[in-house]
Amino acid sequence: MDTQLLLGAEAIALAAIDAGISGVYAYPGTPSTEITEYIQQSPIARQKGVHSTWATNEKTAYEAALGMSYAGKRSLVCMKHVGLNVAADAFLNSAITGVNGGMVVVVADDPSMHSSQNEQDTRVYGKFAFLPVIEPSNQQETYDAIRYAFDLSEQQNLPVLFRVTTRLSHSRAVVKQQPPREENILNPSKEKRKWILLPANARNNYQQLLEKQTTLASLSEQSFLNKTIAGNGTKAIIAFGIAYNYVMEVKQAENLDIPVLKISQYPLPDKLIKEFTDKYDDILIAEEGYPAYEEYLKGYFGNKKFRGRLDGALPRTGELSPDVVAKAMGVESDTFRTIPSIVAGRPPMLCQGCSHRDVFDALNAIFAEYPEQHVFSDIGCYTLGALPPFNAINTCVDMGASVTMAKGAADAGLHPAVAVIGDSTFTHSGITGLLDAVNDKSAITLIISDNSTTAMTGGQDSAGTGKLAEICKGIGVEESHIRTFVPLKKNHDENVIILKEELEYKGVSVIIAQRECVQTASRKKRQENKK
Amino acid sequence: MQTNIIIAGVGGQGILTIASIIDLAAMQQGLQVKQAEVHGMSQRGGAVESHLRISDSVIYSDLIPKGKANLILAIEPMESLRYLPFLASDGMVVTATEPFKNINNYPEEQAIKDEIAKTGKHIFVDAENLAREAGNLKAFNTVMLGAAANYIGISKDALEKAIESYFSAKGEAVVQLNIKAFRLGAAAI
Repeated sequence: MDTQLLLGAEAIALAAIDAGISGVYAYPGTPSTEITEYIQQSPIARQKGVHSTWATNEKTAYEAALGMSYAGKRSLVCMKHVGLNVAADAFLNSAITGVNGGMVVVVADDPSMHSSQNEQDTRVYGKFAFLPVIEPSNQQETYDAIRYAFDLSEQQNLPVLFRVTTRLSHSRAVVKQQPPREENILNPSKEKRKWILLPANARNNYQQLLEKQTTLASLSEQSFLNKTIAGNGTKAIIAFGIAYNYVMEVKQAENLDIPVLKISQYPLPDKLIKEFTDKYDDILIAEEGYPAYEEYLKGYFGNKKFRGRLDGALPRTGELSPDVVAKAMGVESDTFRTIPSIVAGRPPMLCQGCSHRDVFDALNAIFAEYPEQHVFSDIGCYTLGALPPFNAINTCVDMGASVTMAKGAADAGLHPAVAVIGDSTFTHSGITGLLDAVNDKSAITLIISDNSTTAMTGGQDSAGTGKLAEICKGIGVEESHIRTFVPLKKNHDENVIILKEELEYKGVSVIIAQRECVQTASRKKRQENKK
Repeated sequence: MQTNIIIAGVGGQGILTIASIIDLAAMQQGLQVKQAEVHGMSQRGGAVESHLRISDSVIYSDLIPKGKANLILAIEPMESLRYLPFLASDGMVVTATEPFKNINNYPEEQAIKDEIAKTGKHIFVDAENLAREAGNLKAFNTVMLGAAANYIGISKDALEKAIESYFSAKGEAVVQLNIKAFRLGAAAI
């Protein structure tokens, strides 16, 4: 079969197509976006009619994937780590319903927070839900493991959680493809007891899920994803997921004859681990993310044999690297050059010509008149309004929180209470918050900085394009307080007046600042020129 | 044989294009490749780097260990300095001379040149003029690839073939422009 250079994310996508998925459901989020994009652009997926349009948020994506599985077909759902929080309700309950067609849940974690608000570890969610978790170490293994995960899902009738981290998702390597498998036939589930989570059914299902844990652990014992690499001495390493690569890098570079146990499938293979652990006195636990399995293996009571992120052998936060792993393995690092002090930071910034710039300029201009100047922001490119020269926002917490935090602050008496949100984030999680504000007649001004795309992740379709005013009207915002303007320098004075009028209004007002993203606009132009 | 390269610059400068061409050349030579790149928020005008590793045997880590980069290929002079901890003691720095000033505390250009000179093996490339000579400023990054070609561990012929396959979808004119830019870069050092 073909060999090709693929990002880890693309290896997931190709493997899922080859595993016979009928659909992928996702909301874009770094570092997971490229999975769905690859499927959308794949001629084979298109020819097969694999469903691949973007979902409005991770919860709707998750539930649609579950519905496809209910219908008997294989489905893939992808998100970044914080997206699983949004889908968590559906995720945990899907462990109780189980699945019909194979369903794989890919979650891409972002340790070091390259593009995120926190560095939560999705493996904890796997334990939380009692679901099997697979955490591959390299791109080829990622491809092979996705195929395996779909089979495992169907055999065990459970969703399989598939965890990758930024470095694997966004790094390329050569991947060898396996022969593709046909899609499942339509075969909707007829087992009502399984799918209706009334307490009587749910209790029964939950019991079955717990009983399955022994089987799942024994599958880990035999999994090709877990293996021992021989070595000598009294010291050893247990390496989870991508940490295996860093460990092997150091082992190879330094010619270390140290035994390594590689784990990429959970629940933990207890026998394998016990057998390994019994042989050595000093074991480094290398895992990316939380010390999730270090805590487990230490039994929380400090078994002195194990070292890792808990005792400082490895840093408690941030992604792993060959250098931090080398230090933990006791290999003294050479002295390196340092970064000269003249090197200045170069933070990301809003593009030249970006419409968000004009929104913040107008907002800063009008704020000069108010003693209280607070802007509740949301998550997207416009979060960069936090940086100079704008310094225009005060909060960024989670998707949709701009609307509801402004509401809470308005309820507390803050005036003006201004929220800024993007169009994609508004449909993801802002609509319900706006409905709360309408019902409570809270005095907030919501600015939807509408660039008609999901810009931060590279310009995916946005669910509310062309519908924002209608949505706001539909959930009860008064029509006279749904204002639209075009954020351009030439409209600055006019826009400031509109802002002023709505800030003064003691109810819910929405300002839709509408101008297309400069990146998507220029991409469209290039494509048109090509034709 | 193993070559570790850091390609450095600012989001939007075409760093991933250079990386993709080298990846392609390495794969066409039957070598192993690992190339870690930056996506998401940092791409918006921020500092961007790619760790690129080529080897005839297995490569484990996607990231280059500190002190193990044979080459820093920088599309912008200050960005070459940001990754010095990765540079091997005998490593090479190939950098474009044109600064990209999207921050107001950009250091003095001479100070940057002095720091680069301290690294020992280094080459400055007047990439802007060479790209113009090739026929399009956009070929800036292919010029830089040409200038660094001696330190990549892959023959120039193989790199040219990869340029052909990488740009072939954009038509013969674009292929020829980039081959010309590559050759001008290679001849400039």
